[in-house]
Amino acid sequence: MGKRFVSIWFRYLSTDWFSLRRPELRKIPFVLRTPSHGRMVISASNAIARAKGISDGMVLADARAAVPSVVALDDQPELMLKLLRRLGEWSIRYAPNVAIDPPDGLLLDASGCSHLWGGDANYVSDIEQKLETHGYGVRAAMADTIGAAWAIARYSRGPGIIESGKHHEVVMSLPPEALRLEPEALERLHKLGLHQLHQFISMPRATLRRRFGAQMLLRIDQATGALEERMEPIQPMEPYQERLPCLEPIVTAKGIEIALERLLETLCHRLRQEQKGLRAAVFKGYRVDGKVVQLDIGTSRPSHHVIHLFKLFEVKISTLEPALGIELFILEAPKVEELLPEQEQLWEEAGGLDDMRLSELVDKLAGKFGAKSVRRYLPDEHYWPERSFRPALSLQEKATTLWRVDKLRPLQLLNKPEKIEVSAPIPDYPPMLFRYKGKVHEVARADGPERIEQEWWLQQGQHRDYYRIEDKEGHRFWLFRSGHYDDKSFQWYVHGFFA
Amino acid sequence: MQQSRADILSSLQSDILRLQGFKSPGNTTARLNLGLMDAAFPHGVFPLGAIHEFLPAGEEDIAATSGFVASLLSNVTGANGIALWISTSRTLFPPALKSFGISPERFIFIDLKKEKDVWWAVEEGLKCTSVAAVVGEMPTLDFTSSRRLQLAVEESCVTGFVIRPYCQKLTTTACVSRWKIASLPGEVVDDLPGVGYPQWRVELQRVRNGKPGAWDVKWMEGQLKTVAEKVLHHFEPEERKAG
Repeated sequence: MGKRFVSIWFRYLSTDWFSLRRPELRKIPFVLRTPSHGRMVISASNAIARAKGISDGMVLADARAAVPSVVALDDQPELMLKLLRRLGEWSIRYAPNVAIDPPDGLLLDASGCSHLWGGDANYVSDIEQKLETHGYGVRAAMADTIGAAWAIARYSRGPGIIESGKHHEVVMSLPPEALRLEPEALERLHKLGLHQLHQFISMPRATLRRRFGAQMLLRIDQATGALEERMEPIQPMEPYQERLPCLEPIVTAKGIEIALERLLETLCHRLRQEQKGLRAAVFKGYRVDGKVVQLDIGTSRPSHHVIHLFKLFEVKISTLEPALGIELFILEAPKVEELLPEQEQLWEEAGGLDDMRLSELVDKLAGKFGAKSVRRYLPDEHYWPERSFRPALSLQEKATTLWRVDKLRPLQLLNKPEKIEVSAPIPDYPPMLFRYKGKVHEVARADGPERIEQEWWLQQGQHRDYYRIEDKEGHRFWLFRSGHYDDKSFQWYVHGFFA
Repeated sequence: MQQSRADILSSLQSDILRLQGFKSPGNTTARLNLGLMDAAFPHGVFPLGAIHEFLPAGEEDIAATSGFVASLLSNVTGANGIALWISTSRTLFPPALKSFGISPERFIFIDLKKEKDVWWAVEEGLKCTSVAAVVGEMPTLDFTSSRRLQLAVEESCVTGFVIRPYCQKLTTTACVSRWKIASLPGEVVDDLPGVGYPQWRVELQRVRNGKPGAWDVKWMEGQLKTVAEKVLHHFEPEERKAG
């Protein structure tokens, strides 16, 4: 099947946008102005103004002299680019691959899309109608090449849909402007009396290049299809993507669930055939009002398990706002990894970290509470207690060093050491008693000190002298004094509790 | 005739145990060896695949409670098992678990904001058959939610440990056992200076189909050792009312 492209031309893009905001502008001649060389120049004008002889590039004062009733507003060029992008996102419902074509057009890669709308004619007229009901005057054309579609949308007076392979003849009768050339080249062509493409297109290529530059040859080739033209999609196509357009906008949670389930089934079927599993998935809903709502999930291991993935999305469906309805659902898998079919388990035993069910549980918890709330820890080579462990990156990550057991560590460690008041008999002796949370603890037995120095390459500060303390009631504490005893700035802290 | 009657009685008794969610010890491969404490449990075995409730005697006994739970866990999870530790304000220091015979990397810690989420997460964890044990720290546990947890473990045979720090009100729960843990001064060997092995007063206040008791235990050289058996003299007054 050959390629098919649709070019949409917004004839009055910026003025249409202003008249949508202020409907009274629709019935009067109305232009947009931009300052240029100390005067106001018209940058866009609506249909009525054009009918009265106002054209773009005119000085505003001249236009006022010709049509005194003309209304002028300030142009906002950067806004138009944003608007075009929004319109482009909206039209993803017609084709997955959409590019913006500044200043006033969109390009759709419609290959294999139109049969869903019942043929090319219905497809193009649907696009035109929908955009017109949104308030934009458009002309759309469909052809085998981007160049031809662009030219026909803007310069052809005939039908907008060109059958496959026929674009060559239609393009021949168009003016040279249809080739997207530089103004200088156009001027030279007209000066030479070449007002239609067929007059010069069959000239020797070397001649054309010498007289009009290499750009001309490139554009001719792009229009005829001799050279493939690349388009830059506003949203890069994911290789693993499934689409589900809906006949009627979906507003209910049940409807969304059904859509999600169908998309998951097709995507997972494909993943299974290719022995792959997804690590992240995005479920997007394109709403009637042009906004896009989406849900993201992530998995800790590649998975193509429909029920599991559905459950991950299910807890989030209530956060999806359908507003007036969702017209198109897209499920993408931006992160896909190899997943070899697992071997049958030969014997039943409590599964380890490789167990599929465990990673599904972790996904479920991480999906509900956020990935940061589910942690696994591995040893890290630091003496400083707070840095002696680090979060593992994945469930399968192995420890590179051993856990240290030569020094006893408290089972409970306070996130931040808490200051205590202490009375100690002689320097470097464990305290006799200390006050923590308003209660005085008499020390019965003690071990220590164990000095832990600051890691100066990571952090500046004082060293800590740790003591293991047991009070008269049998509670065991981990206390430390930061700094030397003879320093004025030393301070005692409680840092943890032994079992 | 007499013989058959005794047979009938014993088979009925084991039926009742089964209906109450107790598997006969033959089904579980892991068997905790708790020494003197074993006699308190039905079939003489610490019930796996059930929910156990642990109350610290005071605010400063939370570490002791975690220590006792960790020492039980080391037996439950075995070499390969995975445990979940679910809490709202965790102070547990992962490297210290190693000295209780558990690899800290086999623990998955889930730190949540709300206690309600802890209930949900514990229940989900208990439903997962590839987890060996789930520890949940939750001050409140009412009968309905404890029943939900108990139903979850009956399906999956995961062992659940519920630590209830700062527990305000004790109500009836569907847990198989209720323990109260307090720290004891460590044992002094030959008048040597320094802090001895951790020692706890463990009260088994309630156990379904078993015999409550109290023991002094210590954690020594990777094993839980019973130092002495104590007489359990008091019950919580609330307990009596609820019963």
